Amino acid sequence: MDINTLRILATVASFVVFVSIIIWAWKKRKTSDFKEAANLPFTND
Amino acid sequence: MQVSNSQLNTYNDGVVRQFSIMAVVWGVVGMLVGVIIAAQLVWPELNLGLPWTSFGRLRPLHTNAVIFAFGGCTLFATSYYVVQRTCHTTLFMPQLAKFTFWGWQAVILAAAISLPLGFTTGKEYAELEWPIDILITLIWVAYAIVFFGTVGTRKVKHIYVANWFFGAFIITVALLHIVNSAEMPASFMKSYSAYAGAQDAMVQWWYGHNAVGFFLTAGFLGIMYYFVPKQADRPVYSYSLSIVHFWALIFTYMWAGPHHLHYTALPDWTQSLGMVFSLVLLAPSWGGMINGMMTLSGAWHKLRTDPILRFMIVSLSFYGMSTFEGPMMAIKTVNSLSHYTDWTVGHVHSGALGWVGLVSMGAIYYMIPRLFGQKQMHSIKAIELHFWLATIGIVLYISALWISGVMEGLMWRAINTDGTLTYTFVESVKAKHPYYIIRLLGGLLYLSGMTIMLWNVIKTATSGKAAVAAIPPVAAHA
Repeated sequence: MDINTLRILATVASFVVFVSIIIWAWKKRKTSDFKEAANLPFTND
Repeated sequence: MQVSNSQLNTYNDGVVRQFSIMAVVWGVVGMLVGVIIAAQLVWPELNLGLPWTSFGRLRPLHTNAVIFAFGGCTLFATSYYVVQRTCHTTLFMPQLAKFTFWGWQAVILAAAISLPLGFTTGKEYAELEWPIDILITLIWVAYAIVFFGTVGTRKVKHIYVANWFFGAFIITVALLHIVNSAEMPASFMKSYSAYAGAQDAMVQWWYGHNAVGFFLTAGFLGIMYYFVPKQADRPVYSYSLSIVHFWALIFTYMWAGPHHLHYTALPDWTQSLGMVFSLVLLAPSWGGMINGMMTLSGAWHKLRTDPILRFMIVSLSFYGMSTFEGPMMAIKTVNSLSHYTDWTVGHVHSGALGWVGLVSMGAIYYMIPRLFGQKQMHSIKAIELHFWLATIGIVLYISALWISGVMEGLMWRAINTDGTLTYTFVESVKAKHPYYIIRLLGGLLYLSGMTIMLWNVIKTATSGKAAVAAIPPVAAHA
């Protein structure tokens, strides 16, 4: 495979992964999980 | 060694105390060296005519002391403090944690001796010679084992976002250090880089800019994500935003390095790539700033009475300012004016004194009373005074260098109608003199604030005693 094809694939794959992270992070059903995680600093005192 | 039951149920704060105290001590030392070299720029005779005290040797001593001694000790202290409390477990392999403390102090001492003696690789922020590089590698591997071991043995489900940032900082700094310090030893304390020419320059600034991105940004964002919510007493504004801006930073920072090499022998496309990624960086940087600031929504009144919270929030303002200025300066046409001038030095200090310095001080002011069994710092008035000395110092420093930087950039490019240069180089040096005096004054104010902090920390530590903090029982976990 041409090295440039590999570079294009890696770039596109990275972009797809990043967009997926954005969608995942704002999914409705994650919100309670995130609320629990965000409160971790307050579970000691 | 016998481990008693009580040790298992308490946090390991001994190493946190050691790193916190040394962060303040090295802060005073590093900033003092900074003030000395700022004075040398005003009065060059202050180098005393000695090689060991000349600007070229003291300048790397200053940068290494403030970044790796002050900043490094702060990061070790806060990451060990935060990872235990957000994972509900004690430090993994406490003996190894002790080794990271003594090892890191040995590195700092080795730097403080070898740099004035003139031993240097010549790579900015990576000046230390190969035997010290090897010691750094060993300590960093130990740090990674302690940190990720603690995360791995956590008693809670989630890995809190601050630990993501600390983790990224530890992994990336390991990678940067090993790649950029690849060198061929020629003798004890002398080596040659494994790379040559433009590639050597590119590796160096790939390292240099990611040292900013991961040592001075990701690490300190980890601090921000724990200590701002704690001091404001409310959870972070948006956990989703924290995840997205984390990954955006990770995907982007790696590519921004070429903006340090605009208009050099580096291929033009690489320069443009670096410029574009630097511009993109504005978004994730401001994502972090907004997330920190908005954590205060509904609690802004606390800023009036709480100087520690003020340290943190003003720090975030400087973070926002310098991460706006940075992408602007990375644009090639702007860079053709700003590069090699004092503007760059001013930009770095708005990030270093404003963002990194103030958030570190805020976090240390938060930890010290808790680590020594006190309700609060010995003197709140002194924190207040420190805040104003530091803030006025930064403003004087960066505005003086903005003016002198833009002025010298314009003087260098000014051309007469016949095509000859309007100014000689030395005329631009002479024109900067008054601004160097203002910069020195700003640095002096910042240093005096740090000295007051040292006094306040010593007073708090000596009037209290080492506190033991209990890990919440497993039943308490939701």
